[in-house]
Parts: sequence; structure tokens; C-alpha cells
Amino acid sequence: MKHLLGVRGLDRTELTGLLDLTDSFRAVNARPIPKVPALQGRTVATLFFEDSTRTRLSFETAAKRLSADTLSFSVGTSSVKKGESLKDTARTIEAMGVDAIVVRHSASGAPWQLARWVDAAVVNGGDGWHEHPTQALLDAFTLRSRFGSLDGLRVAIVGDIAHSRVARSNVWALSTLGAEVTLVAPRTLLPPDTGTWPVRVVNDLDAVLPDVDVVYLLRMQFERQGAALVPSLAEYVARFGLTRRRADVLRPDAVVLHPGPMNQGVEIAPEVADDPRCLVLDQVANGVSVRMAVLFRLLGAGPVSDPGGSGDV
Amino acid sequence: MHAPASPEPVSPTPPSGGVFVPRTRVLDAGDVQRAVWRMAHEISERNRGTADVVLVGLASGGVHLAGRLADALCDIDGTRPPTGTLDVAFHRDDIGLRTVMPHGVTDIPVEVTDRVVVLVDDVLFTGRTVRAALDALNDHGRPRAVQLAVMVDRGHRELPIRPDFVGKNLPTRRDEVVRVDGDGVEVGEVQG
Repeated sequence: MKHLLGVRGLDRTELTGLLDLTDSFRAVNARPIPKVPALQGRTVATLFFEDSTRTRLSFETAAKRLSADTLSFSVGTSSVKKGESLKDTARTIEAMGVDAIVVRHSASGAPWQLARWVDAAVVNGGDGWHEHPTQALLDAFTLRSRFGSLDGLRVAIVGDIAHSRVARSNVWALSTLGAEVTLVAPRTLLPPDTGTWPVRVVNDLDAVLPDVDVVYLLRMQFERQGAALVPSLAEYVARFGLTRRRADVLRPDAVVLHPGPMNQGVEIAPEVADDPRCLVLDQVANGVSVRMAVLFRLLGAGPVSDPGGSGDV
Repeated sequence: MHAPASPEPVSPTPPSGGVFVPRTRVLDAGDVQRAVWRMAHEISERNRGTADVVLVGLASGGVHLAGRLADALCDIDGTRPPTGTLDVAFHRDDIGLRTVMPHGVTDIPVEVTDRVVVLVDDVLFTGRTVRAALDALNDHGRPRAVQLAVMVDRGHRELPIRPDFVGKNLPTRRDEVVRVDGDGVEVGEVQG
């Protein structure tokens, strides 16, 4: 594995291997000194063309806990303001000697383009509406930690599917790992291509809630929605918000996930966000472990020619 | 991509990959059991009992042996010393030179500071795993002393490391492979 660009196309063995590796890093993160020398001397650059708090901090924390050096690049303070292209920016960063570039970009496919231009390992930190692979991995890890396995797990992904890279990556990750995924959204917030996805699509949240193990709420992405896709916020909450009344219908062992940041009172009621069944903080904590696993997998894996490597020396 | 190996007592030594073809059985199951008993007695003698002793098996080959030593120490001293698992992958010095993947998840359930940690592995070879283990252990605390118990010392050390408790000293060629499992110890080659 040279890059982590998307979850789509990764097979079950590959995904399970990353989650197993994450188990090891979670053990590291539970220690008084949560740091290992694994990637000493390597440099990881974060190249974010879109705003982000948790993803960037999570990647930087992950790199530091692996003893890698980090370079941080954000558009607001860079030469992109002077018109520098993605290609020139990436090559400039690479010339400083980086081993991995974590990129977030509003254009779908930007990480793939970048991977053709640079020798460094490229990690997709979110591209447009397309993919957000480490988010899907941390969600899968959070669910595997809670339920033991994703096989047969019934997951409802609720909300603005159309504008959500989180939903797309999760559909591929969770279904590859054996979960049964149902998308729940108003028609205006569904993408046109769900017919080819391994999912069931419904428009009625109340019909699915009593039967699911996981409710995955997506953030209403007001900043991405061009036109008025829902008649009003109040109507959206009435039909698709996880209110306290709806949370009461959930099975006792069901859990609620959200990629953050939450619009409390919109997709999730404040009381539900504080409910112990809401695993948002687990997701954030697991995010660091997952990103350590991804960086270690890409930078610590050794030469491509090495066929095995499971032996003790 | 490699999943961490399950904790069964099989661990081929390098070269990595390929199929292990045994040539000679050096110890049988009874020999291993007798060696475990002797090593447990030596551990108890050296530490005047096991009050402060923690047995930490190196993933994955040492985990099984650590458990057997703990059982034997329980028979000898009446209490079973705590055991843990240490995976050294993230502390190895050959990350980037070959595919390094964890063989298990580190889990040391007790405080190691001011205790005697006995690191346990199946085969001692170059010493690089033990070097990494000493580093990894540091992140968990400051033991009063660290000792090393191995079922087989096969020589070819590349670092100034020596074992305190040895099941069997076994001269080998560098390209041979030693395998320790529940049925004994075998020497052979890896093919393919």
C-alpha cells in the first residue's frame, strides 16, 4: 500500500489489517507515555485547502506519537493566495523532504492527482463530496470495538448523503466489513448514483429506527448546500433529526455516531448527544489511533519488494 | 497486510516468509517441560521467590512460554506471578528496511516500576528484538531489574545482550530456522 486515497477498492483483508494495527496503537495511546519511535526521522506534511479542526489535529497528533516530524500548511497563510497551483505547492513541500502528505481539498479526486505528481505517500484527508477514508476507518474501528464484529450489523446513515464524503467512505468500509447499510434521507439530499451502492435507501427514519444497531448521523452541511434542499430546518428536524423521543425507540444496545462537528438541535438533540450511547468522543479518540495505523502502514512498511515480513528477527 | 498473529505458540525465526521445513527435533515436549521447570526454579532462586516478579512475554512467541513459566512458578512458590504481553514492533530498528507489523497487542496489567521484569521469548538470536523490548518496556515504567528468559539461545548475537535463563543452548547456522511450539523445538530451513 503506497497511498491511502479511498476506501472504495480496499478489500476486507486490507481493512481488517488496518483495524488490527489500530488495536496496537490504541494500546500505545492508553499508556502514560503515548509515543513510540516507529517513524523517527520521517516527515509528515498536512496540506489542507479546506477548514478542519479535528482531522488536521488528529493527523498531527498521530504523526507526533509516531515520532515523525510534522509540517503544517493551510491555505489562509500560504502562497496559494498568490495563485500557486496544487501541483507547485505539493512539489515545493516535497522538495523539503516529506515522506507523506495528508491532503484535504474541495475538489473530488485531488488526492489521486497529487499522487501522480509526487513520490511521497499521499493520504486523503477528505476530497470534495467524494471520500474521507480515515473517518470511515475510525468509524469502523469504533463499531468493531463496541460490537466485536461488523458482520450483520445494521447501520442507518441519516441525513445529507449527497454532500457527504463521510457517507460515501462509510458505505464502502462498513459494507466491505459485513454491515448492512441503510441510507435514510430526503430525496433532495440523496445522490443520484445510489443504485450502484451496496445499500438500501429509505425516506422514513421512524420506520428503521427500532431495527438498527447503529444510527450514523451526518452533519447538515449548510456551507455546501447551494440551493434550499429542505423546505425548512424545522421540517428537517421533524422528519430526520434524532430527537429524544426517537432515541427512546432505539434498541437498548444501539449506538449513535456522528463525524462532528455536531449541529445540536438539528441532526441530533442535545440530550441525545450527551447520552452514553452516543460515541462521538470514542470516535475522536480512535481517530488518532487509526491515523497512526495508516501512517505506520504507509511509511513503516518497508520496501515493496519484501514479500513477507512476519518473522521475528 | 498482516494481521497480528494469534497467540498460538508458533513463531518461525528469520528469514521471514516462506514455508518452514523441519530437519531435526532438538527437544521434545517432555524436554521442554523439564526445561520450563528448571528455568522456573532458577527464576525463583535468583529473585528469592516471586513476590516482585512480572513475567512479560514478547509477542508472539514468548507469550505462551511466559504463561508456562508462571504456571510452574505457581507450583513452586504457591502464587502465580502476573504475566503480560509486550509487542516490540514500533521500537524495532529495521522499520522501513522490511515489513514490520505487530504480532500482538501490548498488555502489561501491572505497574512495572520497582518490580523485577523477566522478559520471556522463545528464541534468542541477534538480540535486536530484546533491544527493542528494553526500549518498549521503558515507556511503561522503570523496573528495578530486567532479566531475560529464552527457551533457545541459538547464538549469532549482533548486540551485547545475554540471557539470564536458558532452556537450551543450540549452535546453529545463520540461515537455519528454529521453531518452538507446544511439541518441542525443531531446527530446519525456510523454503520458498
